[in-house]
Amino acid sequence: MFWLVVAYLGSLATMFASAFWTVDSFTGNIVRHFNFGNFQILFTQSVYRVIAVRSLTVAVLVTLFDALIAIPIAFFMAKVLSQRLRNFAIVIIILPLWASYLVKTYAWRTMFSDGGVLVWLLKPFHINPPGYGLFATTLTLAYLWLPYMILPIYAGLERLPDSLLEASSDLGASAGKTFRQVIIPIIYPSIIAGSLFTFSLTLGDYIVVKIVGGKSQLMANVVYDNVGTAGNLPFAAAAALFPIATILGYLYFVRRSGALENF
Amino acid sequence: MLRSKRLIAVTSAASAALLIMAGVAATASSAASVPKVPMASTLGKGEGALNIVIWAGYAENGSNDKTADWVHPFEKATGCKVNAKVGNTSDEMVTLMKSGGYDGVSASGDATLRLIYGGVVAPVNTSLIPNYATVSSFLKNKGWNSVGGQMYGVPHGWGANVLAYNTSVVKPAPTSWGAVFDANSPYKGKITAYDSPIYIADAALYLMKTKPSLGIKNPYALDNTQFNAVVALLKTQKNIVGEYWSDASKSIQSFESKNTLLGTAWQYNVNVLTSDKKVKVGAIVPKEGSTGWSDTWMIAAKAAHPNCMYKWMNWIISPKVNAQVAEWFGESPSQTKSCSFTADKNFCTSYHATDAAYAKNIYYWTTPTSACLDGRTNVTCKDYAAWTQAWTTIKG
Repeated sequence: MFWLVVAYLGSLATMFASAFWTVDSFTGNIVRHFNFGNFQILFTQSVYRVIAVRSLTVAVLVTLFDALIAIPIAFFMAKVLSQRLRNFAIVIIILPLWASYLVKTYAWRTMFSDGGVLVWLLKPFHINPPGYGLFATTLTLAYLWLPYMILPIYAGLERLPDSLLEASSDLGASAGKTFRQVIIPIIYPSIIAGSLFTFSLTLGDYIVVKIVGGKSQLMANVVYDNVGTAGNLPFAAAAALFPIATILGYLYFVRRSGALENF
Repeated sequence: MLRSKRLIAVTSAASAALLIMAGVAATASSAASVPKVPMASTLGKGEGALNIVIWAGYAENGSNDKTADWVHPFEKATGCKVNAKVGNTSDEMVTLMKSGGYDGVSASGDATLRLIYGGVVAPVNTSLIPNYATVSSFLKNKGWNSVGGQMYGVPHGWGANVLAYNTSVVKPAPTSWGAVFDANSPYKGKITAYDSPIYIADAALYLMKTKPSLGIKNPYALDNTQFNAVVALLKTQKNIVGEYWSDASKSIQSFESKNTLLGTAWQYNVNVLTSDKKVKVGAIVPKEGSTGWSDTWMIAAKAAHPNCMYKWMNWIISPKVNAQVAEWFGESPSQTKSCSFTADKNFCTSYHATDAAYAKNIYYWTTPTSACLDGRTNVTCKDYAAWTQAWTTIKG
């Protein structure tokens, strides 16, 4: 346990420290000289603000989208299916996680391409689907992270006794009211747990946007480009603090709202 | 609870110690001088293994195509077991070489100087490489592969970045790079560009030929005014670009699905597209000339298997192997004697392999530095770090 914490938090601390260094622009060797140059660039150049806002928006949309799809699926699994079918459904939900992330992303690339299946499907409705871009990125990410949202919500719903739902309806509550006032408060911590996955995974992803994002880029691409392309590890470290700070802020907000008290 | 608090205290202490250690290790910025790295003077027996960083297609072992195999014969002849790691971009190659563990690399001109000045690679004793003597002379002792007359590697091959276009849609056929920079292009949204800061040079080359008033002499030496003009052109180009490509397979797939109709490509991509026969693709070197690459095999300063690396350098530029790899990848061989070994007898002619005048019209990838590469001393130029940051801004 001790070594795990040292290795884990220690490496985060090293990353934090290196964010204050710079690189020699020509040889690419790291210059260990404490300064705020990287943060100055990140905060003063408008392009990084634009990218940060874009990344946040995509992360929020992916989370909302996943929550909207996951709640009915999880409810159906936990409350409608028989025990045997329930286990089968869990296997089906987890199954896509066995396939390579890249294969799934490239499959979406093919679907979004000109003459791909999406164009063909929407043609009768005279809808021209948007090609590669942020919409394709959001949809692909939502697809990729969906199991991470379904499973916690399913676990939460499984603990919800059927008698509570019956009591609610016996007392005259409509289905909508039961959903709002009984189900949602009980699975709220599960939704938060799922959203932590979808939110943080989206903020850290740079591959999907490279494959289906057309000419767009997210904050993780800035990190990647500065590691892989420029060899500018200190700047990448500084940029990588953005998702960490965002997630920490989100966790703090969740804690303050008391959502995790009974979790 | 108490236990976890103690843990946190211990960890913060450890992190603080790390920070202090980092402070102690602080060193001043190194000046732009070449670090002294010893050069091999004699060659011994092979060490039995070789770890190299390569461009895709430079070390084929027959797994892609049974006829393309020059790794197994090498292993048989020298006993050096080859372990090749593909680097997708020059920048990735520099990072891989810096991380250590590799004996050599096939570096392009935008990586070589960074490796030399970073002390990552060693000078090469060309007298230990018999095949070096017959390498095209216009590739020897160049700015991107040598410093002060000392070679830092052996030339592997070279080629131009071409303008590829879908011949059944793009009519009339383009003759100028203007086709990918025209804000009112009829192919808006179907144009592609290379996703790397080095692509800034392509726009610089176009402006160098079409806007002489900017006074660009070398697309890799841009002062502030020139650089801003180039960045502005690329920002306009972004409006007509459909996607940026960084790996060859993505570019090929995009051409095949007709998401891309024209844009910069490697000859390799065009060759694959031609052999796949899904779309008809033409490729030209436009009238402005082209950016291009000239690759150099370099040996790591801390190579664990230096003898095997020297044997590899001699092997890869031997007439027959150099012909094989050049034909497989779609580039000009560096070895003059290769031309009689190519499967396609016209290969060297169509690739202008020994045509020094043609080679001159290609502006090889070079690392931009703050000391202007075109020799101007009254201004400072934008260095590669500035190019990288600008590239992020261009993509927005």
